[in-house]
Amino acid sequence: MAKVLVVTSGKGGVGKTTTTAALGASLAQSGQKVVVVDFDVGLRNLDLVMGAERRVVFDLINVVQGVAKLSQALIRDKRLDNLWLLPASQTRDKDALTDEGVGTIIEELRTKFDWIICDSPAGIERGATLAMRYADEAVIVTNPEVSSVRDSDRIIGMLDSKTVKAEKGEQVKKHILITRYDSARASRGEMLTIEDILEILATPLLGIIPESQEVLRASNVGTPVTLNSATSAPARAYNDAARRLMGETVTMQVPAERKGLMDRLLGRRAA
Amino acid sequence: MHARAEPARQQVRLRGRSYVAFVFCPVVPIVAWLEEIDATLARSPGFFVGKPVVLDLSAVDLSQSAIAHLVTSLETRNIRVLGIEGVDESHLTTSMPPLLTGGRHCVLEQNKPKPPEAKPKPTSLLLESPVRSGQSIIFTEGDVTVLGSVGSGAEIVAGGSIHIYGTLRGRAMAGVNGNSAARIYCQRIEAELLAIDGYYQTAEQIDATLRNQPAQAWLEGDVMKITPLN
Repeated sequence: MAKVLVVTSGKGGVGKTTTTAALGASLAQSGQKVVVVDFDVGLRNLDLVMGAERRVVFDLINVVQGVAKLSQALIRDKRLDNLWLLPASQTRDKDALTDEGVGTIIEELRTKFDWIICDSPAGIERGATLAMRYADEAVIVTNPEVSSVRDSDRIIGMLDSKTVKAEKGEQVKKHILITRYDSARASRGEMLTIEDILEILATPLLGIIPESQEVLRASNVGTPVTLNSATSAPARAYNDAARRLMGETVTMQVPAERKGLMDRLLGRRAA
Repeated sequence: MHARAEPARQQVRLRGRSYVAFVFCPVVPIVAWLEEIDATLARSPGFFVGKPVVLDLSAVDLSQSAIAHLVTSLETRNIRVLGIEGVDESHLTTSMPPLLTGGRHCVLEQNKPKPPEAKPKPTSLLLESPVRSGQSIIFTEGDVTVLGSVGSGAEIVAGGSIHIYGTLRGRAMAGVNGNSAARIYCQRIEAELLAIDGYYQTAEQIDATLRNQPAQAWLEGDVMKITPLN
């Protein structure tokens, strides 16, 4: 059965788009038929991270308004046969999205794909609410900072009240994904701990993605991090998260600080 | 045949009167249908007592002995059959209930249970899930109990007291209708703001030593007191 997954956070810049691309590619690599949908109308990025920016002809808004058919707007990934992108419009704004239009598109995508991953824009306005509106599951991307955690809390409240599932009295299945986790700063106590975050959000953890240059490098070359450097720490963490989404039990790895030899020898400086 | 009536005799006066009867419409297999009757009787044993019952056999084709058996089966269940309809008279013997014709359909009056009286309005509100940032719970009729945390940026407004079995990170405003006896209790206090009957304290004013502990807040005159709960 097709699953609609929204990747959301409330706060901007926490890694929603990176996560959408990485999870999408990872699920597609394990044989699932996946479409990633960019809901960030007016500020689209997913096409860049997926490396498909030069192949966009029609977009989500064209389909919502009936200008183009869904099959015309879908872009197939060059690296993975069963990964598709539905880009957002850069020239319009989020008011061009309508509830019925989005509902129709999601229904149509449900018949064609195993996973429909919606990349939500930041904020709690129309774009974000419509991205989560038809979701069955949600990944709430959170950085280990108080501002991000509070925004995530707000988004969880909206997932529990503003979605179609919530209105039917059901629950959207929610997962917390902690990104940009810096083990060195965590060990110095400069970040919220994983326990603190989970205690505040009271929602199960899907994975912990370590802060890494690999993420930036991958998005600069327009490749999901899980494809660009599959053995890197963030890629492995995303792959584990994708397997958990598919229902597998994978032990949770808390990224530990890896110290070099010199650090170990000269780690502590005497006063 | 005497066409003349004897004038000396008192005339027999006939009057018409109609009664409402239950009509049973047995269907084949009769055994299964009898089980249905038994089930009804099991639910309400006195259901057919004292009520006239008519058997409508138009849906089934029964022999004389089968009809006799059916009537006795009902009698053993304390259901007395007043008459039979929908069957050829030749199938009936004199010991059976008489044949009835010309029945008209009518609506049975059932004793419907009276609608329950309007319940008194609840005086407390129980929330079983965490209250998330941005949510506002307003309940001016009485106490609010939260089985979970109240997130930073969430608020609870209650006419009575507020009980939080989790961490209070948001705002709690108790006794908003002028109830100065209302209190605020929480498992862990990290509140942004506490207010009772309009008197408030912000996070800065709350004693730092109380943080992360079970605490309660109440009003003493116009001073808000916050103390640990153990």
